[in-house]
Formats: sequence, structure tokens, C-alpha cells
Amino acid sequence: MREILYREAIIEAMDEEMARDDSVFLLGEDIAEFGGSYKTTVGLLEKYGAERVRNTPISEQGIIGSALGAALVGMRPVAELMYIDFSAVAMDQIVNQVAKVRYMFGGKANTSLVIRTQGGAGRSSAAQHAQSLEAWFVHVPGLKVVMPSSARDAKGLLKAAIRDDDPVFFIEHKLLYLERGAVPEEEEVIPIGVAEVKREGNDLTIVATSSMVGKSLVAAEELEKEGVNCEVIDPRTLFPLDVEAILASIRKTGRLLITHEAVQRCGWGAEIAALAAKKAFDYLDAPIERVCAKETPVPFSPKLESYVIPDKDDVIAGVRGMLETV
Amino acid sequence: MARATSRLTRKRMHEMYRAMLRIRRFEETADDFYMAGKVVGGVHVSIGQEACSAGVCAALREDDAVLTTHRGHGHSIAKGTRLPEMLAELMGKVTGLCRSKGGSMHIADVSKGHYGAHSIVGANMPMAAGIGLAYQLEGKGQVAVVFFGDGASNNGAFHEAMNLCAIWKLPVVFFCENNQYAVSVPAEYSTSVDDISVRSKGYDAPGLTVDGMDVAAVYEASQEAVAHARRGLGPSLIEAKTYRFFGHSRGDPHYGMYRTKEEWEGWKERDPLIVCEKMLKMTAKQKKAHAEAVEAEIKEAIEFAENSPEPEESVALEDIFA
Repeated sequence: MREILYREAIIEAMDEEMARDDSVFLLGEDIAEFGGSYKTTVGLLEKYGAERVRNTPISEQGIIGSALGAALVGMRPVAELMYIDFSAVAMDQIVNQVAKVRYMFGGKANTSLVIRTQGGAGRSSAAQHAQSLEAWFVHVPGLKVVMPSSARDAKGLLKAAIRDDDPVFFIEHKLLYLERGAVPEEEEVIPIGVAEVKREGNDLTIVATSSMVGKSLVAAEELEKEGVNCEVIDPRTLFPLDVEAILASIRKTGRLLITHEAVQRCGWGAEIAALAAKKAFDYLDAPIERVCAKETPVPFSPKLESYVIPDKDDVIAGVRGMLETV
Repeated sequence: MARATSRLTRKRMHEMYRAMLRIRRFEETADDFYMAGKVVGGVHVSIGQEACSAGVCAALREDDAVLTTHRGHGHSIAKGTRLPEMLAELMGKVTGLCRSKGGSMHIADVSKGHYGAHSIVGANMPMAAGIGLAYQLEGKGQVAVVFFGDGASNNGAFHEAMNLCAIWKLPVVFFCENNQYAVSVPAEYSTSVDDISVRSKGYDAPGLTVDGMDVAAVYEASQEAVAHARRGLGPSLIEAKTYRFFGHSRGDPHYGMYRTKEEWEGWKERDPLIVCEKMLKMTAKQKKAHAEAVEAEIKEAIEFAENSPEPEESVALEDIFA
């Protein structure tokens, strides 16, 4: 299979969906001639024109609110928030409007829109450009939340998100944009709400999201040399969640480690831990472990940033700790 | 301030009077029902502001859009929303427009181009820009009107939305009902300008202040702004000076706390229904005919709403996703 960059997979998904459906259009800051701050819309202006690849002013609530308005009358907008940190500026539109109008109006509102954004640390972007805020959105009924970890997932899930009739909050990772991965040439739509076992194993289940998937796969390879056989599961969609995929793995391995780049406190991993404790209690042979960022804002210094953000060694240490407790 | 110079037909004036009376009687019913415990939650009646709803919506086509606010019953009714399903919604009945999940503050009827009451102040304006954007792309000449209050004109969403509509020449009319108070805070305190319409200048868009108690003046200003939008010339901002005769919501007296009795009485003399009756030199017989027709509609709404069932609990779990 051919290999392309994660950011190219994002472009391909939007390109194919715009070609397929005239109601799909893009809006966001610097997405036209500039091709997006992380080059995720390169070439689309030339192909589809300024009406469908629409630069906006720096007006985050305007971007999200107008995307919702267009959706209400039948369009399928894909709105880009340059950084997930900027979602805070648009939070009223996302939480009080986008997530609510269908319900408030008794189901009689069309809210087919995608909010694309990117998060995560690793480029010394500091406290306002490197957060992992996914749990905020998972917490709001009315939003679907997707967080792809590979080029293939990014493309297939974005295509599904654009076709979805509900609002999808689609979180990319700034460090993954330049990672290369196998993506089929032929069309592939990956359904929202389906996890993928990225690596099979019998001794311990690692549930990882976004950038932590790749780090967990590296950790699993190293642990294999010690005779520890880890399974790595990527839920890919944080809500709706493929609960059964996670439970099935725990039933097999008896141990659960959850890892994400967001801080631990009230993170998405807490929800997974609670679900596992409730639904797989009898299968758990060790306390559930979480490997997450330290509970600080993201610092600027490369040394400090790498200290607070979990890496593969933190995953390895977490796994070893769990095995020692038995 | 612009007043009607009117080449309006008497027929159109009578239609607008009928709409205003329908709104007035619905609002009185909603308030009575609230006092009786039949309507619950936040209820913000628009008594005194009827000319704004009736005048704007008379200038719209059926396939044009409106978006409104927490004080949105009047706009909903003027855009054609049926009274029975609306009253049922206020009463939390499953036959309501929103299946009992929106209530007074979230009335919507997309079949009538009514894209909802949005009760976060200012939040409906970016949405109106998006509807205008879709209308521009579709090219059918449709227009979106967004209603908001003096308070919302101090909100960032207003400015973001005005700018978006101006740079993209979107067919959106911003209609500000300046009823002088954002809950209790006077516009003259909270707002940097005497006439909110001048804020359009910052966006290089037309702005006009009209007498919001004069339905003919509101209609004429709206027609002009709507025509401007349909011609592809972009947004306009209309400010209607008006007044709510009731408090912000129940529990807020008509006057005595932040409004004086004298001020209130002064505005009551300019009741939009009375202003319209005088303009039309309406006869007792004509008034009676309007009143009887509206009473029949109100009676039908009450019967429907009171006889409608409450929702099954399972309804709470529906409509979250498509």
C-alpha cells in the first residue's frame, strides 16, 4: 500500500468529499492561499475556489456559529479551529449551540458539521497552543469526538465525519501531521464509534489515544523483549465509544493501562477506568493504571515540555509497575 | 429617527395589526398561564414590542429565515408559527414544537423558516451569518433576519457576525429591538452610543433607527433592508426604539425598581396597537372583527395545549443525535 503523510490524508479526505458533495465547504483562518497553519488544506483553494475554501477573520465564535447556521439550512461545513486551545473562544457556540440545537428543537434541526482542530504538545508551543482538551467535548451530550492516530484513520474517519448528520469534533495532533502511514488509494470510510486493535497481546491492555498510540506501540515492542506481551487498542472515537472492544481485551489480558496526552485529573481516561471497574471488575488482576501528562500547564522549555508530556518510557514504566503489583 | 411616510395599503396595515394583536393575546395568555402554574420555566413576554415582530416579518418571504432570542414569542408568531403547538411547548406538552424539550426560550419552527430562539445573548447572530452564507451560495435570493436586544449589541458575537456579513456581503438583516434595558441595566449606561444603529458604520453597512412603536415605520425600514440584502449588497442594521410593558420576566415589576412609573406611562401612551388603530382610524366594528378572530385562535390554542399529553420519560433520551 502507498504511504502518505497524515496531513496529506486530511487533505485527501476533504478533497474527495468536496468532489462528491457540493454542500461540503471549508471555513477557517488561513486555510486558502496559505493552505492552513499546518498545511492541511493545501491545493483545495485552487481546486474548489474561494467560496468553498473560505478564509475567515480571527473570529472563532463567528466561524463556529456561521458553520452551524449553514448546517441548519442544509450545508455540510467543515470549520477549522487553528488550535484546540482556541476552542475556548468559541465555547459558547460549540457547547450551547452546536451540541444543543437538535435536542432543544425536538430533533427538527439539521446540524451536520465538522469542527476540525489540532492539539497536543511537542513543538515548544507553550501553554496556549499545546493543550489536549478532548475531555471537555466528550463531556457534552450532542457532540461526537474523533481523535485519529494514523494517516489511514485520519482520512477514513474524516470522510465519515463529513458524511455524518451530527456535529463531529475532530481532533488532529500537530506532531502526527508529518508522520507517514499506509493509506489505501481506493476510497475507505472508517465508521465512527469503532475501535481498532493496533497490536494484539495477551498480558496487558493499553488503551491509548492520538499521539500516545504510536508511543505505546514502541513501548510494546520494547516490553516484548522482556517477555511482556501488550495489546494496544485505539478507540479512535472517544464518543461514541466502542466499549465492547475495550472490555473484550480486558477479559483477555486482565490488566488495563490507559494513556493520553491530556492531564490525568478528570481526563478521558478516568471515564475508561470507571467503565472497566464497573463492567470488567471480575477480570481485573491489578489496579487500573493511567499514564498521562503531569498536572501543569504545558511549559515552553523543550526540556520541561518533554518532562510533563508522557512518552514511551512512561508507558513502559507504567506497565512494569502493574506487573510488579501481582 | 425614521417614521412611516407610508404608501402602505390599508390591507397590509390591517394584516400587521392582526399579527400584533395575535402576539399581544398570546403573550397575555402565556403570562396568565404562568401565574396559574400551567406554564413553567423562563417566560419573557414581548408586550409593547409587537410592532417590531409584525413589521419585520411582513417584509419577509415565507422562505426567508428568522432567528430570535429568549424574548421570541412575537417573532415566532409573526413568522407564521402556529399558536397551538407553541402554547403546548410552553406547557411542556409532547405535542409542542420542540417535543417539550425547548420551552419558551427555544421555540423553533424550521418549516416556517424560523431557525429558533437562542437564549445565550448574542449567539444567534453568527448563526444568522451562516444561514446568510448558505443562502448566498444557493443563490435563491433568500434573506435571514436576526432579532436581538440592546444588550446583545454589546456582545462580541454581534461584532464578529456584523463583520463577517459585511466582508462577505451576506443577505442578513440585523434587527435590534432597543427596549432600553438589558434586564435592569439601562442602555444609556451600558452602551457607548445613543443610537445603536450607528454601529453599522464600523462595518460599512447601512444603519437606521426607527420608531419601534410604529409598525408602519418598522415595515418600511425592513423592506428597504431586506431589498438591500436580496440585491446582494450585504447586511443592514435596524434599531427600533421600543419598550416592554412588562418586567424582564415574572418577578420583575412593571416599574418601580429600575424604571419609573412616569417613564412607563409615557411609553404606554405609545402602545403599538393604539398607534396603529389611530393611523388606520379603525372603527369599532373593525376592532371587534380583529378581536373575535384572534380570540378564536387563542381558544383553539388553549384547547389543543391543555388537552395534549405530557411526554413519556423516554422522550428525554431522543433527539440528541440524528
